[in-house]
Amino acid sequence: MADNILVMKNITKLYPGVKALDNVNLTVERGSIHALVGENGAGKSTLMNILSGTIPHGNYDGNILYDGHECRFKSVRESEKLGIVIIHQELALVSELSIGENMFLGNERRGRFGIDWDETYSQAARLMRQVGLKDSPTTLVKDIGTGKQQLVEIAKALSKNVKLLILDEPTSSLNEEESKMLLNMLLDFKKQGMTSIIISHKLSEISYVADKITVLRDGSTIETIDNSGRDIDEYRIIRGMVGREITDRYPKRERKISSEQSLCVENWCVCHPVYTEKRVVNNVSFYVKKGEIVGFSGLQGAGRTELARSIFGRSYGTAITGTLKVNGKEVKLKNEREAIEAGIAYLTEDRKENGLILIDTVARNNTMARLEKVSRHGIIDVNKENRVAETYKEKLRIKTPTIQQNVNNLSGGNQQKVLFSKWMFADADVLIMDEPTRGIDVGAKYEIYCIMNDLAMQGKSIVMISSELPELLGMCDRIYVMNEGELVAEMDAADATQELIMEAILRSDKKKAIEECKGA
Amino acid sequence: MKGTSIKTSSTKTSSLLKKYTMTIALVVVFVFFTLLTRGRLLYPQNISNLLLQNSYVLVMACGMLLCILTGGNVDLSVGSVLCLVAAIAAQLMSKLNMNPILTIVICLLISAAIGAWQGFWIGNIHIPPFIATLAGMFLFRGLGRVLLDSKTVNIQDKTFLNIFTSYIQVPAIDKDVYWSAFIVGIIVAVAIVVFTTFSRANKARKGYELTPASIAYGQIAAIDVLIIAYCWELAHYKGIPVMLLWILLVVLLYTFITSKTAFGRYFYAVGGNEKATKLSGIDTRKVYFAAYCSMSILAGFSGLLMAARIGSVSGDTGLSYEMDAIGACFIGGASAYGGTGTVPGIVVGAILLGVINQGMSIYGLDNNWQYVIKGIVLLIAVVFDVVSNHKTGKA
Repeated sequence: MADNILVMKNITKLYPGVKALDNVNLTVERGSIHALVGENGAGKSTLMNILSGTIPHGNYDGNILYDGHECRFKSVRESEKLGIVIIHQELALVSELSIGENMFLGNERRGRFGIDWDETYSQAARLMRQVGLKDSPTTLVKDIGTGKQQLVEIAKALSKNVKLLILDEPTSSLNEEESKMLLNMLLDFKKQGMTSIIISHKLSEISYVADKITVLRDGSTIETIDNSGRDIDEYRIIRGMVGREITDRYPKRERKISSEQSLCVENWCVCHPVYTEKRVVNNVSFYVKKGEIVGFSGLQGAGRTELARSIFGRSYGTAITGTLKVNGKEVKLKNEREAIEAGIAYLTEDRKENGLILIDTVARNNTMARLEKVSRHGIIDVNKENRVAETYKEKLRIKTPTIQQNVNNLSGGNQQKVLFSKWMFADADVLIMDEPTRGIDVGAKYEIYCIMNDLAMQGKSIVMISSELPELLGMCDRIYVMNEGELVAEMDAADATQELIMEAILRSDKKKAIEECKGA
Repeated sequence: MKGTSIKTSSTKTSSLLKKYTMTIALVVVFVFFTLLTRGRLLYPQNISNLLLQNSYVLVMACGMLLCILTGGNVDLSVGSVLCLVAAIAAQLMSKLNMNPILTIVICLLISAAIGAWQGFWIGNIHIPPFIATLAGMFLFRGLGRVLLDSKTVNIQDKTFLNIFTSYIQVPAIDKDVYWSAFIVGIIVAVAIVVFTTFSRANKARKGYELTPASIAYGQIAAIDVLIIAYCWELAHYKGIPVMLLWILLVVLLYTFITSKTAFGRYFYAVGGNEKATKLSGIDTRKVYFAAYCSMSILAGFSGLLMAARIGSVSGDTGLSYEMDAIGACFIGGASAYGGTGTVPGIVVGAILLGVINQGMSIYGLDNNWQYVIKGIVLLIAVVFDVVSNHKTGKA
């Protein structure tokens, strides 16, 4: 018999009106990496919240056997005492505190008089080495990137003597390279005997790292697949998740690319808004034709978002130089309003933080970027506004009971659709989409791709920034590769491969290093 | 199917209940104080005074709502601005014998200038509103006292007083009972019914969704009964007070701005998500500027109302009035985090505060205890807001 660290039996959780979990079973072997997959709302997070005590015992039915003992966790603290640590998708770090302070928050190293700072920072440094973090433990969390913040969370988990580590979408905000590093670290931990449960949408990662994969759908366990041979069929997982056959993950598009350039950027340079001597975007030139989907690939911090936002009415950066042509005419855009009026839309990478007003209705979010289209002399025609929202709700198949629903009640994929409807309503010719499918499930991704294809066929131009290479390869006509603020390669999607793109990035890194040596 | 229909109907009742909680609370408190004061609260004089005594709360709460919408920000300086503008009005008329109309115009211009001053720091320089207006609170109170030279200045100008504190009287019909008030009440009540019917017919013709007739007309009936009853009371006191018209003007203007205009929508947007608003091409600096500018203008206007009502201005005029305006907003359902709140809501909040004030005064409760009660009411209202929002957020 296998040595199981965790057995969850017949877990059922009811929310008013919804059965979030229905007799779910999960068995995790000691020293393995167990993946949990499913569409958004399948119940993965709910299941993990029950395990970690975030949802206390008594609010659900079923049993949890951990290390052979029946557990009834009343709080997160109780489960942490036994070595179960959960790292949520939204990181729980205090950005104004240092890495060391964050790691021991609520678990402070006490000395005789208050906190023993020497002990805190030396232990923090030791744990940080374990996760490959080279920064000083006194660095403030706000000064390090999302990728490193994720590592801090893991180091924090290690400080709690973790035996079972649960990671909820750990790579959703990491780039390809950082993700790889994180996954390799999990494999290292496994060698040292730690057990992990990983929730992820990215099937390639799961098949790389997981020993067993449990598929959840609509609150029930569909199947648990063995992946010890690393030979899993991704389509089998997808079938299990969506409950239907998806023959093609990227819908086909009839290419109708005109020769006209709708957006043309030449010699674009942008400096950092605070460290004004630092160039974030350096001499970038590119173009997008009507009906074309152009991809931007690169690592996190390559300057893609900065490029996009500086083009979108200088909403990022200082000392912006270069020429910008929209539909062949040179324009100088001073702010976001002028960019919208010139026909440029920017779909932010973080829909909750920068994209939508969560406490407002679907209808009101829909018209926000172009309120003047539903108003006369500054007075809003609410009926017209609602009609607009109804149209988009149907067109994009936004799943919401009514358009008067607040956006925060919608699932991630549907929120993304609202963001799309907002910018489609703004009548843009050029849509810059920053990570348009981040954090949404396979089924919703497919629908987003279809919408993008429709837009391209209508003659719109799409700039797609994405950290997922397969998605870029599947969707784009051309791909630009950026690294450290510079454009390092341009390739036709038909000829491009993941290897070619990574190679372009690495080659430019090398060239830079050589130049720096020469300069020195 | 059956399950979902039951669910939607139950959520409908609960959301309806939530929407009208404060209205229900107002009715309960009103009945409570009517019983407590043995009906004295219902005397025509008291009913007429109810709104007039709280005119400054109603007017300033409208402006305060815009500030709070931008993200739970408040304006602490309004009591001081009120004092300063009232002092200027009093001195202009008593020392310089200035024409009252000119005085009013100058005072409103000065209020706008004060608003621009505050709006500039908050909107353009990004000084946190709490601090900028705290500074304003000291600054303008101090200026007001300097201007008054620590004295109480009386206002004797008849025209000025008439503009704000007289009553509308039609000699032909107003004798013992001021029937003009009652007639106006009936006209307004009928107009509302006619307007609703027309707008519903218009909507139906264009194929828009309609609220059920029972709810729409039920609401109208309740409002009409209130208006007619209120006017009946006014008719048995001194008729329609001019100050009521000023209050109505401000309330209706702000209702219109917040619910119908794109400009008003921006305040909700900034409070809901400032970054997203900026990236939607809306100049958030202008929104902040406008919120604090309008607030100071209304504070100055309230200064004129209070100067006329009290008939004199002293260095303590408007002391801690900012708290009444802020309290009315939060009791009336504005969110302490910004982004939600309506003018009708805060009007209910202001009247609720007013009924409590008036009821306690008539009952003869000690002034100090009145503070205690007000504090408790404010806390309950905000706790209710936070708790109920938390619940809906989860579901």
